[in-house]
Amino acid sequence: MDLPTTEKPGSRSPGPVAPPKAPTHAMPPLSLSARVPDADAPPPVPEEPRRPLATRFPKRSSGRTADLIFRLATGACAAAVAGLIVVAIVFMVRGSIPAFKDHGLGAILSPEWDPTNQKYGALTFLFGTAYTSLIGMMIALPLGVLTAVALVEILPHSLSKVISLAVELLAAIPSVLLGLWGIFTLVPLVRSFEVSIYKSPLGLKNIPIFSGSPMGVGFLAAGLLLAIMALPFILSVTREVLLQVPVSQREAAYALGATRWQAIYNYILPYSWKGIFGAGLLGLARVLGETMAVTMVIGNTPQIKASLFASGYTLASVIANEFTEAPSNLAISALISLGLILLVVSILLNAAARLMLIYLGRGSSSPREAK
Amino acid sequence: MNRGHVYRKILGRIMEGVCLVAAVIAVLPLFTFLWHLFAQGFSSLSFSMFTQLPMPPGELGGGMKNAILGSVLVVGLATVVGIPVGIGAAIFMTEFAGPTIASALRFACDVLSGIPSIVMGLLAYQIVVVPMHHFSAVSGSVALAFIMLPVVVITTQEMLYLVPHSLREAGHALGIPTWRIASSIILRAAAPGVLTGMILSVSRIAGETAPMLFTAFGNPYLSLDPKSPISTLPHMIFNYAISPYDDWHRLAWGGALLLVLGILGATLLSRFILWWHQRSLNT
Repeated sequence: MDLPTTEKPGSRSPGPVAPPKAPTHAMPPLSLSARVPDADAPPPVPEEPRRPLATRFPKRSSGRTADLIFRLATGACAAAVAGLIVVAIVFMVRGSIPAFKDHGLGAILSPEWDPTNQKYGALTFLFGTAYTSLIGMMIALPLGVLTAVALVEILPHSLSKVISLAVELLAAIPSVLLGLWGIFTLVPLVRSFEVSIYKSPLGLKNIPIFSGSPMGVGFLAAGLLLAIMALPFILSVTREVLLQVPVSQREAAYALGATRWQAIYNYILPYSWKGIFGAGLLGLARVLGETMAVTMVIGNTPQIKASLFASGYTLASVIANEFTEAPSNLAISALISLGLILLVVSILLNAAARLMLIYLGRGSSSPREAK
Repeated sequence: MNRGHVYRKILGRIMEGVCLVAAVIAVLPLFTFLWHLFAQGFSSLSFSMFTQLPMPPGELGGGMKNAILGSVLVVGLATVVGIPVGIGAAIFMTEFAGPTIASALRFACDVLSGIPSIVMGLLAYQIVVVPMHHFSAVSGSVALAFIMLPVVVITTQEMLYLVPHSLREAGHALGIPTWRIASSIILRAAAPGVLTGMILSVSRIAGETAPMLFTAFGNPYLSLDPKSPISTLPHMIFNYAISPYDDWHRLAWGGALLLVLGILGATLLSRFILWWHQRSLNT
């Protein structure tokens, strides 16, 4: 009997009684906001007069509290980021204290490293790091600067975009994979180069930097890999520095009748050498702490030799190789103190490079497309 | 034409040629690397790489299932911590901090991003491994989070700066609380760029090996327990690459190809998102 009444159409439908659904502000994460607001959804309720936008946001007396909380929360995140540097320094110093207490700062400069017999001289590693970085920078810096000149001044825009993309992708390749490539491709190439020097009739093998037996692994292979890793940084910073040279500088050069190379050499490069120096510092900082690729091709022999062909050992490599096999807590502490050296040097170099680039009007310099 | 004129023209041509040669040399490493990677990697890629655990030395076959899953776990944990904190810090820098503090923070991030990853590993070792008394996946994630944090902050902050200031003013004029402006207007307008930054930072840490040596440590068995040692893909590639076994070298190339496909794919994807975003802004 009462069936019809319960089945009465519309008794369950929300109708005008139901509260209008508050306009949702949660948009799909990828879309740019505020276009096509709910194009498909039929308007469920009769239009009520449009309220001003502000009242459509939940208005609570706690708006200020929420603001404060948000501010504190994001501020805490920022503090965490800034604090990370402090935490890093504090922990690395604390970790190296036992080593410093045991053998003092001066002992680091002895060439003898033998953890099982409590000898912790780091001179060979300092030398290895410095030497490989030097080789890397001596290759990467001229190459990067000349390439940047080609990209900015010579090549057409489309081609230079392709080349900078390719070099940037190089920066994205993990160092362990470059090391893998180094072991199986670069080292054999270096070895055949070394053999040809060794056998050369000119007696090139008597020159100190070419002496020693050709093994492939060693300073040269490590330096080449480091050059490949530093190149993207140097190139992108130098490119941005060159792009900043005012057009008027070029126009003035050409108006005086300079050829393109004269304009580059006499007017554009002098304008940007400070920035290039900053680029070099950044590249150097990147190269000093490079671990995996170097460890895989340097031969891991603690020795000080001037020859490019000799194997060596770097600070980062010895940490990577010996940390988990350290015979004592003291040895661990000694390795951490080597890490502390890397940390301090990299902070100083990075800070110097950034200050230099900021001073020149550019703060950022990661390998990224410039506008 | 006098002789000086001819001389400087010839010199100019030569030097321009040198620059072009430098540009060719600069792209050479990438292409030879990719060439070898694809030549060696594709023949080694196989289904069993994803489904099998590593074999003891001397036995042929085996896969990298534990390392692939381990990488996903370690990188995932790092991302879960690193990205929200990084985005929060970036919002603070653009929305709340004054210019001095913002540039000081930016400077800190620039310096942080230059700290060698092996040092971050030593840091995570002292903060997590020493108190726990054993190596663990968590400690690896902590190291990776340290490494990714400055990257996330820098990219996010640059993207937030690109949002026109008029949007903020419009929000304030409507009386919207600042936190709503930041989260619902600014962050959303910059969403594609922020997403790009996330992808880039994840792809940066996915290939990190040095800090894994003494945090995640490696584990030949399948483990998904954050508290126990774990293998990651780059770490396993390293171990296999320096091993004396040909079969392990083959697996290392296969793993390398997998890693590079992931990283280059992510990098290109992020560039595409940015390009698409900029195009849609321009039209």
